[in-house]
Amino acid sequence: MRPLFAQTRAEIWMMLRRGETLLVTIGIPVAFVVFFSEVHVLPTGRESAVTFVVPGVLALAVMSTAMVSLGTATGFERGYGVLKRLGATPLRRDRLVAAKIATVVGVELVQAAVLLPVGLGLGWRLARGGSVGESIALVLLATVAFGGLGLLLAGVLRAEVNLAASNGLYLVLLLLGGMLVPVSKLPIALGAFARALPAAALSTGLHATLGTGGAIPLESWVVLAAWALATPVLASLSFRWE
Amino acid sequence: MPAVECSDLVVRYGARTAVAGVSLAVDAGEVVAVLGPNGAGKTSTIETLEGYRTPSSGTARVLGLDPRRDHRAVVPRIGVMLQRGGVYPMLGPRRVVELFAGYYRDPVPTDALLELVGLRAVERTPWRHLSGGEQQRLGLALALIGRPEVAFLDEPTAGVDPEGRLGIRKVIDGLRERGVCVLLTTHELGEAERIADRIIVLHRGRVLADGAPAELRAGMVGGLWFTSSAGLDTAELGRRLGARVAEERPGAYRVEVEANPRLTAELAAWLAERDASLLEMRTGASLEETYLALVGSGDDEPEDAPVRRGRRK
Repeated sequence: MRPLFAQTRAEIWMMLRRGETLLVTIGIPVAFVVFFSEVHVLPTGRESAVTFVVPGVLALAVMSTAMVSLGTATGFERGYGVLKRLGATPLRRDRLVAAKIATVVGVELVQAAVLLPVGLGLGWRLARGGSVGESIALVLLATVAFGGLGLLLAGVLRAEVNLAASNGLYLVLLLLGGMLVPVSKLPIALGAFARALPAAALSTGLHATLGTGGAIPLESWVVLAAWALATPVLASLSFRWE
Repeated sequence: MPAVECSDLVVRYGARTAVAGVSLAVDAGEVVAVLGPNGAGKTSTIETLEGYRTPSSGTARVLGLDPRRDHRAVVPRIGVMLQRGGVYPMLGPRRVVELFAGYYRDPVPTDALLELVGLRAVERTPWRHLSGGEQQRLGLALALIGRPEVAFLDEPTAGVDPEGRLGIRKVIDGLRERGVCVLLTTHELGEAERIADRIIVLHRGRVLADGAPAELRAGMVGGLWFTSSAGLDTAELGRRLGARVAEERPGAYRVEVEANPRLTAELAAWLAERDASLLEMRTGASLEETYLALVGSGDDEPEDAPVRRGRRK
């Protein structure tokens, strides 16, 4: 276990030292919660802006950490030959992946610890009937799905191309993922497409349980489970370590 | 049992054959340098032994184990220095060494290792801000941290200043004394001659020569070598000396006969008569000349030509 702890400690230290990572994982989500809760420009209907925004931005934070941060960092590590060098040490690949997963989960905890108090300060409250446990389960499923997606890109694209692709995908999923704009407000065909994406499945599920206090739709579980199954398998099949 | 051994090793990348039947063996406590031009198959051979590549055919053994199949058993016992990179760019030498120390059961203490490779002064400087030589020395430190029985060093002195090279030579000497098998690649012939007990010359994926530096130098291209003005009349000089004389490069000549006092006196007199300076004279070729001759002749040789160990003619 010593190699795993050493690697996890280093991964967390590096993630916290990357300015762009902190911007994407903490800065932008906090700015979105504050801005869109106070400036009522989102088409949330009768629902208060903060009730809609907090679950949506939590989903955004999970996506940015598990997909963008993990994927781009791994892509650059591949480009710098770090992954290749680690292959000639006693640190096994499964331990390396476990260290990265532990780091992502740790950052997600920090994100929740920052975003939820900010939301509470702006008037967000956990809806009666909302389930924190189910939310955590959904977030873990989404972490696997987004992490697999990030590693899928990182494993086949050059580091710079991967950076651009990850951020491009982040933007697309942000717009179509129901995080800021409800999926119901999208054109019918686009909305149908969006509902098959992991971003919409996560934001819809979190919105249901944390925002309105309802049950997480079965569709969210099914879509996220499918992505969580497919992307790690595809990533492991296609990943090039050097 | 050799610490490192490969037999009829072939490595192909698609249609391209990078290693075309290499056989070599290196013992514990031996330092062997693999030389060869770009694309000779040096890195592919080493990386196969490190377990990064699967041989297309032939065998590779490290400490009696298969470096691919027995990867988990092999990696704690070997040290690897990549040609470049391999380090998190934002981490300084101390953090990198501490991280890698966490992978091994009995690592070399961080302070001692940083001292050994001369990186104490820059131990907190991120890798990306280190000079090329400092990055190389950090790579070397990472190869040594697990107290390896076999060290694979890919271009350990590339981009390192003379003082740093001296330090790396001392480190490698220390490894030899402790019985570590060191297999290194380099383009720098002078370094190979100073560091290695034995040199293996690869060309187009094959072993052209394998022997001690002195053995290669003396055995491959003998005779008397001298340096003077370019364009001397070699036919006339040959008649005077009673031996064939060739201008191998502009101003660099080889007399194809064993040196003796009469010959050197005749040569000096002949040059003096033509007011040509004798800039340098020695018996046997330098390693560089040997290497160039080997690689040049390797272009024309059939694929099943024997590995050279002795005199060419």
